[in-house]
Amino acid sequence: MGEFLMPSLGADMEHGKVTEWLVAPGDYVHRGDLIAEVDTEKTVMEIETFQEGVVAEFLVDVGETVPVGTPIARITGTPADVAPVAGAHPPELHATPPVRRLAHELHVDLSEVGGTGKDGAITRADVKAAARAGAPHEASDTEPVPPVPPAPVPHEEARRVRSSPRARRMAEHLGLDPAAIEGTGPGGAVTAEDVRRADAAGSAPTASERAPEASAPTSPSGAEPEPEASAPAPSAEPTTPAERLAELHRAVGALMARSKREIPHYYLSTTIDLGAATEWMRQANEGRPVSARLVPTALLLAAAARAAKQVPDVNGFYVDGEYRPSTAVHLGVAVALRGGGLVAPAIHDADALSVDELMERLRDLVARARGGRLRRAEMADPTITVTNLGDLGVETIFGVIHPPQVALIGFGRVVERPVARDGLIGVRPTVVATLSADHRVSDGLAGSRLLARIDELLQEPEEL
Amino acid sequence: MNASDARAAVLAAIDEVAPDVDTGTIDTGSRLRQDLELDSLDFLRLLEILTESTGVDTREDDYPGLVTVQQLIDHVAARG
Repeated sequence: MGEFLMPSLGADMEHGKVTEWLVAPGDYVHRGDLIAEVDTEKTVMEIETFQEGVVAEFLVDVGETVPVGTPIARITGTPADVAPVAGAHPPELHATPPVRRLAHELHVDLSEVGGTGKDGAITRADVKAAARAGAPHEASDTEPVPPVPPAPVPHEEARRVRSSPRARRMAEHLGLDPAAIEGTGPGGAVTAEDVRRADAAGSAPTASERAPEASAPTSPSGAEPEPEASAPAPSAEPTTPAERLAELHRAVGALMARSKREIPHYYLSTTIDLGAATEWMRQANEGRPVSARLVPTALLLAAAARAAKQVPDVNGFYVDGEYRPSTAVHLGVAVALRGGGLVAPAIHDADALSVDELMERLRDLVARARGGRLRRAEMADPTITVTNLGDLGVETIFGVIHPPQVALIGFGRVVERPVARDGLIGVRPTVVATLSADHRVSDGLAGSRLLARIDELLQEPEEL
Repeated sequence: MNASDARAAVLAAIDEVAPDVDTGTIDTGSRLRQDLELDSLDFLRLLEILTESTGVDTREDDYPGLVTVQQLIDHVAARG
């Protein structure tokens, strides 16, 4: 069962700071549930768990910065590991999360350690002493997570209550007594749904219901964490906007330097006639309220995502000396933050979305990127990135690939230009589309195919 | 709608979309895109907020004439 580690939210991330816990100890979490909000140097994002189980304890304080890979919480699936309390309170152990983390690393069971600190609080020294003395170990939780937790031995009461094995397991996990739950199943049997309802009726709000608010650390007062000698000291906390921006520039700079060092870029450019696309959009927007109107970017993203799906050599990751094409298109969208800086979160499966859906996702993503509430998955897995300077930009942009991706599509500003068509000159809205791509994976011919495909798709906007 | 109400509504909307802009000292000759750095999504959001606060609906054909803060204030005042 599980240690939950500070995840890497990008190739260039070294440290993360927990700014808010979205669950409480004792909460039952499923794969994909959001459990914490983490501040990286670039942005704040919500991270999800990949395992199912009960949140046993937090190993870091809110506001603490730790290196990637540090255990930040313990998630258990075996009742023996769980605080034997119905509800959501860990046992009253006076130890701060950093002390808990140390105990966890040294496999010391805190409930067996006498505290010498203020009010009986357990200090780091107590934990170290207990480790040396061979104090009882906490239950080992390093085995791989079984897909289904083993059914626990039923309680006395559980044997008298008709209930499905799944409901019993769930009740056990949640510290609920099946006998006390009203059953709605056949013959009054307690179903998993009943357990869930009973739990919801008597427990803390889940992460999704909780309003985002800064929560104060809830560590018991007392133990003063001593300075950590073994772990690398985190960089100084950026406090002012200027410092934050400097951090962001450093993070982006490090990633781009790596890109320029490692990736043999080649660049292509083509001018696309947007007459048809602009006219289609004008008609689509007529009679729509402002909130449902499209911007040209939505069309450009839709065309880019569909084209990337059809040219496998530009959509994927180059890792460990080999290219791994991706079957899904998770379109990274470079978003400029107010006040400077840049993040490029992903719109998942963008090739399968309609233009309207893309527009909605784009608005949502940009709003959250600027409000600092992106999710871990959005930051970690774009398969190809689009940068679109829009009407603030220049005509042509030659971008830098975001490793480990292998291509970046750039769109300049939409500009009216004289265009020759069928021997006549007319004035048309146009955009210059560029491709920066990794020559280890693709060549100019494949790259040309991508830009040509984007052009074709934009000539038939009603098909997007 | 009178000019001062329109001005208050526009500045409140800018405050919401671009909190980093100091609307207290803003020069209404500032251009929304080049000077305040509002992109096309910010611009849409701005119009959306103004629709909610003043009831003024802006057609896409009006966009080209809405370059500066002052032009937006005049637009709201004329239609509000």
